[in-house]
Amino acid sequence: MAEKMTLIGGRSSKQGTALCVGKLGEEYLDVTTIVEMNAEDMARLGLQSDSKVRLRTETGEAIVRCKSRDTKDLPRGLLFIAYGPASSQLMAGDTAGSGMPISKNLEVEVEPVREDAESHGG
Amino acid sequence: MGSTLRIVNGRVYDPANALDGVVRDICVLDGRIVAAVPADAKTIDARGMVVMPGGVDIHCHIAGSKVNMARKLQPEDHRHDVHVRTRLTRSGTGGTVPSTFTTGYRYAALGYTAAMEAAVTPLGARSTLEELQDTPVIDKGFFMLVGNNVLLYRLLQEGRLEEFRHALAWWLSATKAYAPKLVNPGADELWKGNRNANITLLDEKIGPFDLTPRKVIDAFIGAANDLGLPHPVHIHCNNLGHTGNYETTLETMRIADGRRAHITHIQFHSYGSVAGKSGDNPTSRATEIAEFVNSHPNISADVGAVMFGRSTSMTADAPLAYMLRRFGGGKWINADTEHESGCGIVPFTYQDKVYTNALQWAIGLELFLRSEDPWRMVFSTDHPNGGSFMSYPKLIRLLMDREFRKQEMAKVNQKAIEASGLRECQDRELSLYEIAVITRAGPARLLGLTGKGHLGVGADADVTIYEENADKEEMFSTPRYVIKGGELIIEDHEFRTDCEGRVFHVAPDYDPAIEQVIQPFFEDFYTIQFANYPVDIEYLHHHQVVPTTPQQATPTVASERP
Amino acid sequence: MSDENTKTVSNATCTFCGCVCDDMILTVDMEHHRITKSQNACVLGKAWFKEHSVEERPFALISGRKASTEEGVEEAARILAEARYPIIYGLSDTTCEAQRVAVSIADMIGGNIDTTTSVCHGPTGMAFQSVGESTASLGEIKNRADLIIFWGGNPAEAHPRLFSRYAVTPKGMYTPNGRKDRTVVLVDVRRTASTPVADIFLQVKPGSDFEVLWALRALVKGRKVDASIEERTGISLAVLEDLTARMKRCQFGALLFGMGLTMTRGRHFNAGALLALATDLNEFTHFVAAPVRGHGNVTGADNVVSWQTGYPFGVNFSRGYPRFNPGEWTTADLLARGEADAAMIIASDPAANFAKGAIEHLKRIPVITLDPKTSVTSQIARVAFTTATYGINTPGTVYRMDGVPISLRPAFESPYPSDEQVLTAIRERVRTLLGGNRIPAGTPLAATST
Repeated sequence: MAEKMTLIGGRSSKQGTALCVGKLGEEYLDVTTIVEMNAEDMARLGLQSDSKVRLRTETGEAIVRCKSRDTKDLPRGLLFIAYGPASSQLMAGDTAGSGMPISKNLEVEVEPVREDAESHGG
Repeated sequence: MGSTLRIVNGRVYDPANALDGVVRDICVLDGRIVAAVPADAKTIDARGMVVMPGGVDIHCHIAGSKVNMARKLQPEDHRHDVHVRTRLTRSGTGGTVPSTFTTGYRYAALGYTAAMEAAVTPLGARSTLEELQDTPVIDKGFFMLVGNNVLLYRLLQEGRLEEFRHALAWWLSATKAYAPKLVNPGADELWKGNRNANITLLDEKIGPFDLTPRKVIDAFIGAANDLGLPHPVHIHCNNLGHTGNYETTLETMRIADGRRAHITHIQFHSYGSVAGKSGDNPTSRATEIAEFVNSHPNISADVGAVMFGRSTSMTADAPLAYMLRRFGGGKWINADTEHESGCGIVPFTYQDKVYTNALQWAIGLELFLRSEDPWRMVFSTDHPNGGSFMSYPKLIRLLMDREFRKQEMAKVNQKAIEASGLRECQDRELSLYEIAVITRAGPARLLGLTGKGHLGVGADADVTIYEENADKEEMFSTPRYVIKGGELIIEDHEFRTDCEGRVFHVAPDYDPAIEQVIQPFFEDFYTIQFANYPVDIEYLHHHQVVPTTPQQATPTVASERP
Repeated sequence: MSDENTKTVSNATCTFCGCVCDDMILTVDMEHHRITKSQNACVLGKAWFKEHSVEERPFALISGRKASTEEGVEEAARILAEARYPIIYGLSDTTCEAQRVAVSIADMIGGNIDTTTSVCHGPTGMAFQSVGESTASLGEIKNRADLIIFWGGNPAEAHPRLFSRYAVTPKGMYTPNGRKDRTVVLVDVRRTASTPVADIFLQVKPGSDFEVLWALRALVKGRKVDASIEERTGISLAVLEDLTARMKRCQFGALLFGMGLTMTRGRHFNAGALLALATDLNEFTHFVAAPVRGHGNVTGADNVVSWQTGYPFGVNFSRGYPRFNPGEWTTADLLARGEADAAMIIASDPAANFAKGAIEHLKRIPVITLDPKTSVTSQIARVAFTTATYGINTPGTVYRMDGVPISLRPAFESPYPSDEQVLTAIRERVRTLLGGNRIPAGTPLAATST
């Protein structure tokens, strides 16, 4: 039951402060393995806050937890995740001759997974 | 420190000491010219060669935020002109805005040993100093933009002239600058605050300020003179490039009224006007401008000659750059600096077939050829605005070789030649002595760098040795030897060693109470802390303070030598 | 913590993001080498100061084994001197003094130098090379801007004081009423913490920024734009026309833009469209644009690489002179294609941030890292140096996002050397190993005396 959605990677305040504590720490890992999803999309996929989902691109996949957002804030079909090891797994290496890989507006497949699936795969 | 050398058999051109091609020994010891050296000192046989002091470029744009933006802007310019690394010198790229190492090496390779960066904002002083540290060999300094400074304007309009002078001194000292620079005074406020307007009249009100460009120019000339700075206010006049602007230039020079003032790249300010088919066309007023400079010993100028080919217009005169953009329609940079200055950058090509460009070229030559006092009408192309410093040897040939000049005149737009006065003075040829004046002795004297531009005992051991050649462009392109601060940098046309030059700066005295006037302004309106604004002396590596005349009279500031 | 052991450092600079705020008042516990208070810092700055104390770590690790800095230098120099395609990357979180040494090493060994710009505002740099840029220092924006448009960024979470110190709320010379004297516009694909700050919010469809910018350019120039623009971009023609009118009418406009434009399809075309829009508006009023930079000294990295080579990032020295070509000599590509055979990573963590293929290659080659903290990259490094934190422990120069240079005031000393010191030691060792700068075959050799 995988659905195609658009993933935006970006910074967040919590990700910034967790970064200072350390990239290898719990806090950073937690912050960067949460994906914000539209509430209606979550309902349709049978997801609740904190449910695990697999995000998959041609390059790789990551297992993260959902957080619900209102349609007026995050339109349907759009996902947001703070930059980190999870988002890096999904990013393709091809820069189209620009030096810059694409890390925003990535097309991802979203699929709910079981609770015991390992958080952030690769 | 440095070599011990004796240069023999060369014909010495040292106008400051009235040497006009005399064969004389020049001796170098511990970085200075000395009367004699031990018999076993390394000897350079300069037979068939010309010995001159190292060149001094009084006005160029080589280091700082503005220059670096222009550098970043033009990768295409760099690709054509690479600078390969050697065992001991860094690589780089060239074009009209070379990378810093390339800039230093190429100046040295032309026989120049000192250059003045012409326009730096106080807020950006650190970046200029950093880039200058990465500009090898040459000694350097920079002129600081003050002519549109908002706090100084406020003091001026309130008639607080004492504080104005102290604040100017504070600014020069705090930023480690060499001289005050005015660029299109009054324009900034209109450009930034009035939808890209410009100022055109010396007696026009400057936006919200109860001031005019005339008042501003007058106040700075006065303050700089009172402070006894080694180089006076360096002025880029209003209306640069505009048809008919020579009147603004004459009027600006009159404001000096017997006090020292330096008009920079005066070629761009020497245009007359004649009615044409679709508007007014520029003509040459080099005669009037040269005449005024000739007859007013308090005024000095550098020519700012135009050379055909690629250039980059980079200037604090933001409205000018915007206007130039209209001609090319290509990329353009504008960069405002809070309370201090504007900046505009436009790549530009001067074409010999285009009337205005050919006219500019002709006017530059005219100004040199009409000068009766080459000590006060010195050499520059306002690099890279009028042309790259790499074109200096060709310009020298144009001045020294009238047959070559005539050939070149025949190739360019002929209407422009007719509209200029170049034919009238086309027979004059500058001598090697005069070249030595306009490229070395004159700029050094105008700058007040007493150790430079000459080869008398005690001078800095900056010596250039050129092989004599009938083709003067060839001759001045590749000196055989270049000695900088006593170090043999170039020998037999090859780099032998790398070194870092000194930063020259002034430290005029001021009343410390002025900081209580400046600081509140900072706290209200700037976006960096007052405490973080002045440049620490540690920033400077090798440096030397040049004293002001009050300081020379009662020495309280010791000049430093590395 | 007794008073004798407390020091206050005023006018210190925070280098977490490109705002580079220099009004920090730090309270330092000298005994425990810790900053206990950072007045004026935003939440990110507070974390930055709080979390960078002196941790007990080895000076260097060589293949996971504890070593001294000197031993690390020896091994690192050997790696760089022997490599055939050495690359140097990172540099956005260190001083200009260190950056300058890094470039000199790349020049010496004929390697590659690149900074985090290539994966940040590199596309903006590329657009800049085509279009130029009308820009201004942050103080001009504070004092004059009456219309500010934030595009593709979330300053509330990534650059909080952009709002409070520089652009939205501060009172300025011509904006004495602060927020009331300004109209704030925000353009993004989703609502963020920045949205409530804006007077006008344009929620664009993902991947349509270029079309919106181009439509605005057309409207500014008085051309007709079809109403179907709404279908494509999510923004109605009426809203675009209104924004155009405001932009032309303002006294001083500013466009501040972020990764929303550069990290998505179109990259430098998006940035170029925005820069061109700002340029076009100068026909009507004074308008500037400025990229919002993420790291404390990424602007310094751009500047240093530019002044030393002529090009801003992604520079290759293998032929004996600088060459520039994004996609060819940018690090993401050199690693993804498996071309680099050694890498020195300074103040950056590509093994955490790069694409999978690049990370895999990084694990296959000898890597040297310089970092105050353990990072994903330092964990895979052959030689991992612990260095002092810039700004907190070391002095030096950094450049704010608008190009203003600021000198750092360190809070307390670190037992670890600075990046500059380590790099200088590496350079001198490499110089000895190579006998000077490496000369590629076919180029003229300098005389080798003195």
